[in-house]
Amino acid sequence: MKIASPAGWAVSSGRAVSWWLLGPGLFWMGLLFFVPLCLVVVISFAGRGTYGGIVWSFSLTNYLDLLHPLYARILGQSILLAAGTTLLCLIMGFPLAYYIARAAPGRQGIWLLLVMIPFWTNFLVRTYAWMFILRTEGLLNTVLLKLGLIATPIELLYSDTAVVIGLVYGYLPFMVLPLFVALERVDRTLVEAAWDLYATRWAVFWRIILPLARPGVMAGCLLVFIPSLGAFLTPDLLGGARSMMLGNLIQHEFLVARDWPLGAVISCVLMLFVVGMMGWSLRIAKPLSQREHES
Amino acid sequence: MVEQSTSIDITSLVKRHGATLAVDHVSLTVQHGEFFSLLGPSGAGKTSVLRMIAGFETPDEGTIRIDGRSMEAVPPNRRPVNLVFQSYALFPHLTVAENVAFGPKMQGVPRGEIMSRVRVALDMVKLSSKEERLPAQLSGGEQQRVALARALVNRPAVLLLDEPLSALDQQLRQEMQVELKSIQERAGCTFVCVTHHQEEALTMSDRVAVMHQGRVLQIGSPQDLYESPTSAFVARFIGVSNELRGIVRRIDGDRAVVQSPDLPGEVQIVLPDHPTLKEGSAVTVLLRPERLRLSVVAQGLSGEQSLAASVDKVLYSGSDRRYMVRLGERVVWNVRVPNDESGRNGFVRGDAVYVCWQISDAVVLTE
Repeated sequence: MKIASPAGWAVSSGRAVSWWLLGPGLFWMGLLFFVPLCLVVVISFAGRGTYGGIVWSFSLTNYLDLLHPLYARILGQSILLAAGTTLLCLIMGFPLAYYIARAAPGRQGIWLLLVMIPFWTNFLVRTYAWMFILRTEGLLNTVLLKLGLIATPIELLYSDTAVVIGLVYGYLPFMVLPLFVALERVDRTLVEAAWDLYATRWAVFWRIILPLARPGVMAGCLLVFIPSLGAFLTPDLLGGARSMMLGNLIQHEFLVARDWPLGAVISCVLMLFVVGMMGWSLRIAKPLSQREHES
Repeated sequence: MVEQSTSIDITSLVKRHGATLAVDHVSLTVQHGEFFSLLGPSGAGKTSVLRMIAGFETPDEGTIRIDGRSMEAVPPNRRPVNLVFQSYALFPHLTVAENVAFGPKMQGVPRGEIMSRVRVALDMVKLSSKEERLPAQLSGGEQQRVALARALVNRPAVLLLDEPLSALDQQLRQEMQVELKSIQERAGCTFVCVTHHQEEALTMSDRVAVMHQGRVLQIGSPQDLYESPTSAFVARFIGVSNELRGIVRRIDGDRAVVQSPDLPGEVQIVLPDHPTLKEGSAVTVLLRPERLRLSVVAQGLSGEQSLAASVDKVLYSGSDRRYMVRLGERVVWNVRVPNDESGRNGFVRGDAVYVCWQISDAVVLTE
């Protein structure tokens, strides 16, 4: 019997249809993402031409170049700045997420909207705004001088501090949202139960809320740490020449030094690092339901 | 009998939720070692009372004293009470033993003592073999036992139970009623239990407070409540009750004669006298189904009252038969007759019968 329902065409020929649904997306991602990615991997093993071109040979020397102290320093600095950013986001994001998760359902929507409002404006524009705030004769220094809190302007812009300020600002929502989801799922009666069982507020936090929110903490940290590690725009605009991160190094190698193979190597290493981190965090953040089956 | 002393003393407790009085001037005392239940339909305010004893809600008026000490401004983690939550609220990331050890650990009990106390508590609820499991790996009944052990391990002065058996299936619920009672006797502490389930309250409790719309209607032993309810609400809420409205026509020695507008004709029934009854009083007569007897003849035994009726429905339930008999246009009564020798050949639908009862079994409520 033929089904003439409007949705009939989607149901009737099952598998064939679903491939067609995937088609456009697969084509787009394949051609514009996967192929260039493969090219980067290939280039990372190639040689560098005298005038910046690529010599199609195979060697591992590019990877050995990475051991140079300069690159190690930039890698270390990037990890440090990204880790600092993540920590600050966590410290500031947790109370905020907890507050929103405990707010009345009607209010939650408003708070979440406020968290996401910055996304309505372009990130570049917002970073320029930070330049105005942090400049020597910028908003922050003017206010502090007027209030008499400082005698001479603080040099904030073009420093690691400025980079961290910008990164924390940019990625805080990525910490707050997963934390909110995790905290909202923590049963309120568990908090009451712990309180009833003589726990202080501090103990309730450390022993009940934090362990139960761990999947959210892990997700939030990954969502902040990974893009911070590869950040380009923020360190470029707010860090200047003094504060180079991996993203800037990659850009420098590709576009300034015209050493594509080295740029590709750094890109590959960064990607491997990120994939490794995600794999590790998935293992340790495995939800309780899955761990039960192992014991 | 052990000398009794007051464990919980509640005076004139009031809790407002917006404009409504969730708890309306509730006063009650609970004795040491007593199993006390707050019984009532949902929204009666019983859970609010419990949560105020636990310290999660602050009374708007009134005082709560536990062992003579006022609980005003004492936070839940400093009160000598523990609550067994309706949802059990077991910590999902901790094992059974860790859950039970939580309270003593927070109180700073030495490690060795914690271990032995956890063992004793788990023994008491018969769960020693499962101490390494996570809550999600336990059945509902087992989770309930863990919740009990987690509270009892602290040796609280008062154990509070919020609808403790509501999440269990019928059979487990009946087993746990017996179990809870015996655990309470072994632990020797005061239990205050909130329930909307009248059978649960009657079986387990030493005394019950029936609550409705924020107020306590009656406090008494299960037997008191069942046999001498002081209000139609209590009579209806506890067990099945047959009712008849009427007006007192005359007082005749120690008997009152009542006429009911709901019965056809000029039928008069005789009631045990009630000190406040006088001619013209409006009364409600209450009779329990198992106190009634069906007969083919009106002339009963001495001291009996009988009314003509017809059998509307017969429900056979093994140990007894339940008859729905019609006494008037709007009056249908429940009669429970045990299936003994005499009841083997019961009445059938449409039979004309007489409903008989001992005059002294009738409960009379005056409006």
